[in-house]
Amino acid sequence: MSLDPNSLIDEQKLNVNPENYSSDQEARWCPGCGDYSILAQMKKVLPQLGIPREKFVFVSGIGCSSRFPYYLNTYGVHGIHGRAPAIASGIKIANPDLSVFVITGDGDALSIGGNHFIHICRRNIDITVILFNNKIYGLTKGQYSPTSNKGMISKSSPYGTIENPFVPVEVALAAGATFVARTIDREPKHMVEMLTRAARHKGTSFVEVYQNCPIFNDGVYSELTDPKTKKDKLLIMEDGKPYIFGQDNNKALNWNCNNFEVMDVDANTDLDNLIKHEEHAGRAALEFMLVSMTINPDLPTPIGIFRDIKMDTYEDLLIKQINDVKALKGEGSLEQLFNSGNTWMVNGK
Amino acid sequence: MAKKNVQTLKSVTIRFAGDSGDGMQLTGSQFTNDTAILGYDLTTLPDYPAEIRAPAGTLFGVSGFQIQFSGQPVHTPGDSPDVLIAMNPAALKVNLKILKDNGIIIVNRDAFQARNLELAGYKSNPLEDESLTGFQVFPVDITTLTKEALKDSSLSVKEKDRAKNFFALGILYWLFTRSMDSTMEWIKQKFKNDPEYMDANIKALNAGYSYALSTELFATSFHVEKAQKKPGKYRNVTGNEALTLGLITAAKKADKELFLGSYPITPASEILHELSKYKNYNVKTFQAEDEIAGIGAAVGASYAGAFGATTTSGPGMALKTEFMGLAIILEIPLIIINVQRGGPSTGLPTKTEQADLLQAVYGRNGEAPMPVIAASSPADCFQTVFEAAQVAFKYTTPIIVLSDGYLANGSEPWWIPPIDSLPEIKVEYAKDPDSFKPYKRNPETLARMLALPGTPGLEHHVGGLEKNESGNVSYDSENHDLMIRLRAEKIKRINDFVKMPELVGPEKGDLLVVSWGSTYGVVRTAIEQLLDENKSVAGYHLRWINPLPKKLGEIIHNYKNVLVPEINLGQLIKILRSEYLVDAKGFNKVRGLPLNIKELRQAILDILKG
Ligand code: SF4
Repeated sequence: MSLDPNSLIDEQKLNVNPENYSSDQEARWCPGCGDYSILAQMKKVLPQLGIPREKFVFVSGIGCSSRFPYYLNTYGVHGIHGRAPAIASGIKIANPDLSVFVITGDGDALSIGGNHFIHICRRNIDITVILFNNKIYGLTKGQYSPTSNKGMISKSSPYGTIENPFVPVEVALAAGATFVARTIDREPKHMVEMLTRAARHKGTSFVEVYQNCPIFNDGVYSELTDPKTKKDKLLIMEDGKPYIFGQDNNKALNWNCNNFEVMDVDANTDLDNLIKHEEHAGRAALEFMLVSMTINPDLPTPIGIFRDIKMDTYEDLLIKQINDVKALKGEGSLEQLFNSGNTWMVNGK
Repeated sequence: MAKKNVQTLKSVTIRFAGDSGDGMQLTGSQFTNDTAILGYDLTTLPDYPAEIRAPAGTLFGVSGFQIQFSGQPVHTPGDSPDVLIAMNPAALKVNLKILKDNGIIIVNRDAFQARNLELAGYKSNPLEDESLTGFQVFPVDITTLTKEALKDSSLSVKEKDRAKNFFALGILYWLFTRSMDSTMEWIKQKFKNDPEYMDANIKALNAGYSYALSTELFATSFHVEKAQKKPGKYRNVTGNEALTLGLITAAKKADKELFLGSYPITPASEILHELSKYKNYNVKTFQAEDEIAGIGAAVGASYAGAFGATTTSGPGMALKTEFMGLAIILEIPLIIINVQRGGPSTGLPTKTEQADLLQAVYGRNGEAPMPVIAASSPADCFQTVFEAAQVAFKYTTPIIVLSDGYLANGSEPWWIPPIDSLPEIKVEYAKDPDSFKPYKRNPETLARMLALPGTPGLEHHVGGLEKNESGNVSYDSENHDLMIRLRAEKIKRINDFVKMPELVGPEKGDLLVVSWGSTYGVVRTAIEQLLDENKSVAGYHLRWINPLPKKLGEIIHNYKNVLVPEINLGQLIKILRSEYLVDAKGFNKVRGLPLNIKELRQAILDILKG
């Protein structure tokens, strides 16, 4: 979403209390579901954006995640399975003044809605897409999804899946989204930052949220959330900083022969010599290399911003084109419309 | 110079036919323009091969263009041509069977050499054997004569050859005692930056005219009588152009931006092409990634306050089905245009058919009532889509507008309505947070309250799950039953707003013909002919198929027999039978072509005989 960072926020007017964004509907996710955390963080983010509440429109598809709009007291459209990006595109193009979010899940965005998902990324319409990735179909009670780990046992894969999973961030990067990030339900502060950055980005922004489904896929991210393992397994990428992780911040990524390798660091290591994260660089090779760590068991899983680049938005280009044509041909009137082409008169007697 | 006669005719049907590369569509449309400017009534039908570049000389590569014109009202492009212009043997072979007895055939004799004859499957040259007896054949060396006329031109042989369609047009202008001014003007405009081409085409046109004038071959030319048409300004439009104009006009009259979400598909793509040119009319066109996203974006745009529309043909309708269900439960104004083509599946993409009617009326999951309106002629597409828009906003509903391949590409003069004569389309949105409930209804129309995102205090949720009046999800069984009945009742009430169709013929009698969509012209012509012959027959042409006209049940039972002609295997007839328990008979031809007047007349006469 766009925002002039210099504009002062009138806190009174803008309902900055997160609770001001609760609807009268009680959230109906299972107890312990990661979706509660995402909702709570979103309620903190929205009041900070400097956008009046009535300008927010949340559009969703079908699935556990897609109930999300009902629990916010903004405008909301609970659409059909996989098609939220299409509806949201129409809304944003028709009224660019609105601040439009798409709430989706791994099945919704990457299976049934895969086509819409890649095309919204490609067009760079100023919409924020948030994908709750629990690597399972929850609402339909436990079938494997397009992001499920290979070999996973589920209701529809009793002998283990034989399909390769999508890595959502990788798809978004490849499809050309101009802002791509990942966060996790158990890191609320990090999530607030990612959601805020995504919302403020002008162009299609994509945030994958690792979300635990305690009912059908419990613990799928436990390595990344368990205090015993998370420091070794989770890499928090920060702009301009080296990739440091590990129990005692004792590991770093090093760039060697076009590959990442893990090296030990200590107080004596010259951090300046290490490769640093550049979220604005837009260098595909590096972005994809970072993303590929997700499925490499020897490397930590990165969260943070993979890409944040500037590019004209679809709606800005469209409006510019309309204005250009108007400048060239003048504002069209029905008079002109009816009388263009080959016309002739038949006179009455 | 030979002495020539002029013969006067009431109405004429001409068919231009040749290879895709022979320029017959252009020749046809030039002749059409001239015909229109002269004040005749007319209807045209182009007939393209499905392949973009079909091999030259083959039967399936033949491209045709047919026009019927007259001083009297013309409702169809004509069953069988009086005049056939055949630029090669294949064009002759394909079209001969529909030509009128003793009809005129003008052929390009140069094209009748061994290779082309073989491609067309002729064992011997039809110009030299007996196979064309019963027709008036005029073999003209069009290629040679065109080359001769252009011998001073610096164009290549191939380029010169391309001008031969203008030579043929010149012959026709002479044959119908016309001046060539309109085409001259057009050539000068079109080729103003290409003086060589301009010169060549003008020379070819003149040469054709002079040739016809001077040769002994043509002894008679024709004059078609003119009659007074409704005074006013006219413009020739195809159905797709009329839909485009109608959409823009309706959006303007509703004071809204027009948003078209669409995906390319034959024969609906022209609407997308046309609308994308009209950016300065507050038109936003969105070429979506697929049919589904096309309607999805239109739903979103309509929700956000634009005039939302989507255009497609049969296969695309199948894909849009789920979104239509959403639009129905959202109760949101939306125009869904289906330019029907031959089905099922990919079927006959470039041909016409009426076989998507049941899909339009019933083809969704759940109780999903959808208003359906069908255009009856190319120019009528304008009024049809305009009326659909009025209803969509008044009753907060999506609407399916049915056109078809024949209307889409066919053309006729459109009487340009004075802009003030078209009503404003009133659209109301909720403003007051205290009284706002998303599914609170207008007691008269049952339209729901719409509120635009961006309006302070009216934040609410809509969606595919069943809602109660307050807009909250409701699994309550009584509420669901109520909402289903309300949505159905709302569509019925559209009848309070729309006009009933006009009954043609006596109010009681032996036979009522009930028709819909593009068969209007054929059915009307057949009925008018039979009424002239004092037959006890009447016609009722439906505009809205859902809801059906209030009085139709009554009307239908005033006749001993009911006949339903359709370009499908009997779809409207199923609806009428189930709605009115009437033993209606069908007249069904599914050939990818308009119905044939002669055949329909015969079917009517057979019923009248009993
Ligand atoms: S099924 Fe899983 S994802 Fe769905 S609400 Fe329950 S815990 Fe959350």
